[in-house]
Amino acid sequence: MDSALIPEGVKRCSLWKFLLALSITSGVLLWGVIAMLLCWIKGLNQTNMNDYYGFALWIWADLAVIALGGGAFFSGLLKYIIGKDELKNLINYAVLIGFICYSSALLILAIDVGQPMRSWFIFWHANIHSMLTEVAFCLSCYFAVLTIEYIPLILENRQINKVPFFHHLAHNMHGVMAIFAATGAFLSFFHQGSLGGVAGVLFGRPFAFRDHILIWPYTFFLFTWSAAAFGPCFTLFITWMTEKITRKKLVKDKPILLLAKISGWMIVTYMVVKSIDTWYWATHTAPSLGFNWEFFFKNNPLYGKTMLFSEIILGGWIPGLLLIFRPTRENSVTRTTAFFLGMAGVCINRWVMVLQTMAVPVMSFDSWAMYIPSWQEVATTILPVAYGVILVMISYRYLPIFPQEKELNPIEGSAGSVDKQVGQTPAGDDSPLQPAQI
Amino acid sequence: MKQEHTQHRSKRYGMVIDLDKCTGCGACMVACFSENNVPFKKDETDKRLSITWMKVYRIDNGRDFPNNQVCYIPRPCQHCAGQHEGHSPCVSVCPATATDYSRETGIVSQIYTRCFGCRYCMGACPYHARYFNWWDPVWPEGMEKYLSPNVSPRMRGVVEKCSFCFHRYQLARDKAYANRRKDVKEADYQTACTQACPAGAITFGDLNNPGHAVHQIVKPNDHVVKNKAGISIIGKSQNPNVFRMLERLGTNTKVYYLSSREWVRKAGDNYIADEKPEDMFAEQKKH
Repeated sequence: MDSALIPEGVKRCSLWKFLLALSITSGVLLWGVIAMLLCWIKGLNQTNMNDYYGFALWIWADLAVIALGGGAFFSGLLKYIIGKDELKNLINYAVLIGFICYSSALLILAIDVGQPMRSWFIFWHANIHSMLTEVAFCLSCYFAVLTIEYIPLILENRQINKVPFFHHLAHNMHGVMAIFAATGAFLSFFHQGSLGGVAGVLFGRPFAFRDHILIWPYTFFLFTWSAAAFGPCFTLFITWMTEKITRKKLVKDKPILLLAKISGWMIVTYMVVKSIDTWYWATHTAPSLGFNWEFFFKNNPLYGKTMLFSEIILGGWIPGLLLIFRPTRENSVTRTTAFFLGMAGVCINRWVMVLQTMAVPVMSFDSWAMYIPSWQEVATTILPVAYGVILVMISYRYLPIFPQEKELNPIEGSAGSVDKQVGQTPAGDDSPLQPAQI
Repeated sequence: MKQEHTQHRSKRYGMVIDLDKCTGCGACMVACFSENNVPFKKDETDKRLSITWMKVYRIDNGRDFPNNQVCYIPRPCQHCAGQHEGHSPCVSVCPATATDYSRETGIVSQIYTRCFGCRYCMGACPYHARYFNWWDPVWPEGMEKYLSPNVSPRMRGVVEKCSFCFHRYQLARDKAYANRRKDVKEADYQTACTQACPAGAITFGDLNNPGHAVHQIVKPNDHVVKNKAGISIIGKSQNPNVFRMLERLGTNTKVYYLSSREWVRKAGDNYIADEKPEDMFAEQKKH
């Protein structure tokens, strides 16, 4: 029924099957929307946050999706600025995933604030000394950049692309995409960094506080680096999942292995710096503020040294090493395991920087504070996941996300079925426009 | 010229709380509630959801009877100056400038109508002195008539905290102006908790004014000193029995505590192994 909207030369499941999957996911989305409305209408008393946990699950989710969405800016940087042309086969999906992550982050932030109608105050009454101000500005600007990067993909829908204006608009937008990729990388450096700075500047919280380089705490650089390192893991992991769900090879091994290798080296170098940072914090920063580093990992039911081990070794060094060595990189199982561990590692990092920071007692007579999120918090955190799945489903079905899909999955007898209609590419090329072809 | 100097000298309002006098009666908390229209709920069992601008902690020395000793620590907002005047943990992080540091008085204010409830300031405050309005205030029937007209009640979704009864400062300033005075008298500006304390444990005033009792007790150092970690300490007390909470973090609060008991003074900060409070400033340097 919707075959006219599906890209040419590729096969999709039946509309009914698609709608069934869409409705199941929409059910989850609806659950999240109900929770979101409850938070907006009744207030944040719907959550299990309290005066010890002003920052909780949502802020973690924000930091986590932004780190995982880092694959978009880093892939864009590699493709458009550094010139790793092979990544043209992954960049569309990276942009889509980035778009989902960043729009989700903005949505979560809109739920998280006590007075959402005043959110614009952050721009109007901006405190230039606050890391959160930098986050708000760079995040909004980078979301605009991601939207600009996503628009040409939408315009490449088979029917939209028939309109000459949209066709040429998409063509020209691809032509200037390097400028947006560079802008995106610049903005990402600052918002990823300032998200790291959010915790690192808290000089009243010795667990999170870090020494500074100029005005930026070490966490500023660590967050940017880790997003560039682990973001591609998420892009590649979602690509792998999409291939499993669609039961198709969508991207050739070469671009996947290239991005996996770069990600591996980024992770290993990040881990070197992160390990030094952890050592310096444990032996210098924390003791200078009156704390033995072990204090932060005992006398509570959740935050033990296992957490530190999981973040540094299991979710850091191991995926990094798995990805830099060719045999484990080229093996699908170890590679995918590395992606998963890497994603888990960066999520644990964001978790401890937000929630463990809140949990640790600072006054000598205070006690550890534990927290379990309410169902409304869980539902609104799952909401963006459902939204992301829906957007991926729709985009995959109707947009030419994977340039190599047609080649990797040829449909017998479809060679002569190419429409030669108004709005096709001027050169008569029947394939949709791809960054590489511009 | 001398007169001009005093006129232009900024004030640094602060308090010292004598922990040896405090009985933990909670009168300061009640006075604060009443004075500042602090909202409360029917069920206040979860203290992490209760708004208590002034909160009294109970600590003990960890020893068994008969050597067990108890101390009560009243904790208002500490009105931190930070590493340099105005760089309070909360003020520096607020993205919408909804909390501000007055260089005229040293008071950290909260602008309720500008706060959009991101709660970053709460995360930044190690004293848990900031409170979020998880609910809209609901007053018992008829109680609206007893609310203070000088303090605006807060709505759901914003952060609030102790203001050192700033409205009283404004009234005292008005009074001084009406009486053709330029300076606010010590007695004209006192916080509600200070006046309510039956034991007289709280002394409030201008830490910069040698004529004020608080200055005489605290004897704040005019110079900025650095501790062993290189952190600037502003207004370090020269009274050996006076300490501040978490002083080594460099929050540079304006609430001081006084106790003759060493274990109480030591409870004010964190120390590793066999560190002692006096070790922190072994190599004090004038800055």
